[in-house]
Amino acid sequence: MTHTHTERPARATGTGPSPGKDPSDEAPLGASRAERLSALAQQHGALVTLLLVAIGASIGFDTFLTGDNLENMAVSSAFLAIVALGMTFVIITGGIDLSVGSLFALGGVLGAWGSQYGTLVALLLPLAVCGLIGLVNGLLIAKARLAPFIVTLAAMLAARGILLAITDEGSNTYLVDEKSFFASLGQEKLLGVGVPVWITAALFVAGAVMLRRSRFGQYVYAVGGNEDAAALMGAPVARTKIAVYTVSGLCAGLAGALNAAWLVSGVTILGTGMELEAIAAVVIGGTLLTGGFGFISGSLVGVLLLKVIQNVINQIGSLDSAYQQVVSGAFLAVVVIAQTWLGRRRRMM
Amino acid sequence: MTELALKGAPVDRARLLRLLQDYGVYAGVAVLLLVNIALTPHFLSTENFRTQAVQVAPVLIVALGMALAIGSEGVDLSVGSVMALSTSLLSLYLGYGPWVALIVAMLGGAVIGLANGSLIAFIGVQPIVATLALMVAGRGIALVLLPQLKDVRDPGMSSLGSGDLFGVPYLVLIAAALAIAVGFTVKRTTFGRQLLAIGDSRPAAQLAGLPVRRVLILVYVIAGVLAAIAGVLATARLQASDPTSLGTLMELSAITAVVVGGTPLSGGRIRIGGTVAGAVLIQLLTATLIKHDLPPSWTQIAQAVVIVLAVYAARERGKR
Repeated sequence: MTHTHTERPARATGTGPSPGKDPSDEAPLGASRAERLSALAQQHGALVTLLLVAIGASIGFDTFLTGDNLENMAVSSAFLAIVALGMTFVIITGGIDLSVGSLFALGGVLGAWGSQYGTLVALLLPLAVCGLIGLVNGLLIAKARLAPFIVTLAAMLAARGILLAITDEGSNTYLVDEKSFFASLGQEKLLGVGVPVWITAALFVAGAVMLRRSRFGQYVYAVGGNEDAAALMGAPVARTKIAVYTVSGLCAGLAGALNAAWLVSGVTILGTGMELEAIAAVVIGGTLLTGGFGFISGSLVGVLLLKVIQNVINQIGSLDSAYQQVVSGAFLAVVVIAQTWLGRRRRMM
Repeated sequence: MTELALKGAPVDRARLLRLLQDYGVYAGVAVLLLVNIALTPHFLSTENFRTQAVQVAPVLIVALGMALAIGSEGVDLSVGSVMALSTSLLSLYLGYGPWVALIVAMLGGAVIGLANGSLIAFIGVQPIVATLALMVAGRGIALVLLPQLKDVRDPGMSSLGSGDLFGVPYLVLIAAALAIAVGFTVKRTTFGRQLLAIGDSRPAAQLAGLPVRRVLILVYVIAGVLAAIAGVLATARLQASDPTSLGTLMELSAITAVVVGGTPLSGGRIRIGGTVAGAVLIQLLTATLIKHDLPPSWTQIAQAVVIVLAVYAARERGKR
């Protein structure tokens, strides 16, 4: 049923001469239920999968549902989740940010180095530098109109270069004083839950409110939906794009700094491949890579799903950690295929 | 289509931009050569040219496949992982003889390419996402097959890696032959013309009845096989299989070579000569910085600046 529709290029791509209203495209009464179902699958598919995997894991492994394991998963998810939060904004505008892994590592090193001058410097320095790199990304994408993936790829390279330069080609690791307030931001617990988890939760609430309730959030969706239409309606397209890349840079820098506080050192080799994990989490969470549609809570579910799968693979002692990559990649492919199909069905109806 | 973008701009400026985009990379190579001849001791030696050429060969071979993908308005991020997969397969099958190992490694690249192409052509997944998925999965598979570094001791492989014909290393000869073959394919074959038409406008190509899916799948299969060949050659040169690090950031270097060489990211146009020059430019840039004792971190920053400048110079034409 679906293929016969997709064979028609004009319809599938939405360009070219309009074929006119085809009677078979008129949605019959039952179609609205199918539409609702596919919308539900797109929105909550990840959550259902997460629940199924978690139930399976808690039946299969006695160690899965222990407090230690859950707390460990939550804290290690927190850093990726903050990065994915920024990435969600970028992807909803139809862009992509490949520099976040490098910015995460850079933020960690800057945070660890800055911690000798106090917590304020340890937090503000990574935010300033990574936010600035994000701002430059945004300017090049919005003002010079360069392709997002190439700009952020260059930034990924440049940020890694800066990181190597300030750490004496990666040989110098900066340590965080374990008794400092900065270290406690990564290590302390509040009501039995790690501080990074609380910070992440607060950021997600703030991000969701910003995306759903603020004018900026409306612009983000509008730019991703149709840039030209958004511009015609008076949305500040360039400013919105610059803002989302800056937010993404800030999130990556903050996540890196918190991670350094957690590890009590700025580790230079972190963050490679993190951009992929973040993109995968956002996409698995139901945000469309074509832009214009997506939500913050989905990205959180995506992060948790990736981390639970990693945890399960770790628990199966005989499986190599290389399987994590195979499973994550296959998972991303399956989700994108499902999304493309669901998205197409919805457009058809 | 591309001329349309320049309408309204003064003719001289348009011509200047076009000249810069088409020949800027050659000028860049010439400038770097002159700078090195003037400033770098022992630059003008056969030994040095040999080293540089051998180092550029794998990057160039990967960039050739990348040029095809970019020409079809796509991109292939999985090339580095394909190199890792091919080095793993090569090590595993070397016991059956170098030819068997070579064919298996190339088949591995073809399978990843087929998966990329099918996702893109049949399901309509964006190239960047489809190849991202296989970038993650591909390196995983490579590491599952061969978890750590392994020496490659095979007379056939070591002669492939370090042997030469009339003083020209095999690696360079193979890279040159592949560049000519891909250049010919783009310029002179039906496949090449169809590929460019699809890159120019996929809906138009579809309406014109071109075999869009078949061409796209073939593009990614070729890109995969070329990346696998590059992996084999890199393994032969290093005499070791290292699936953990072989090919990391290769997608970046290949994209840079293609874009710096004047192929627009918006597809519809491929410059193989420029791609060759682009790969040489990156290599010379790296070599220049290293020879003058600048740390590797500077090379990364310099490469990033070059990418942005090249894309900026190309943007007038890239815009529709």
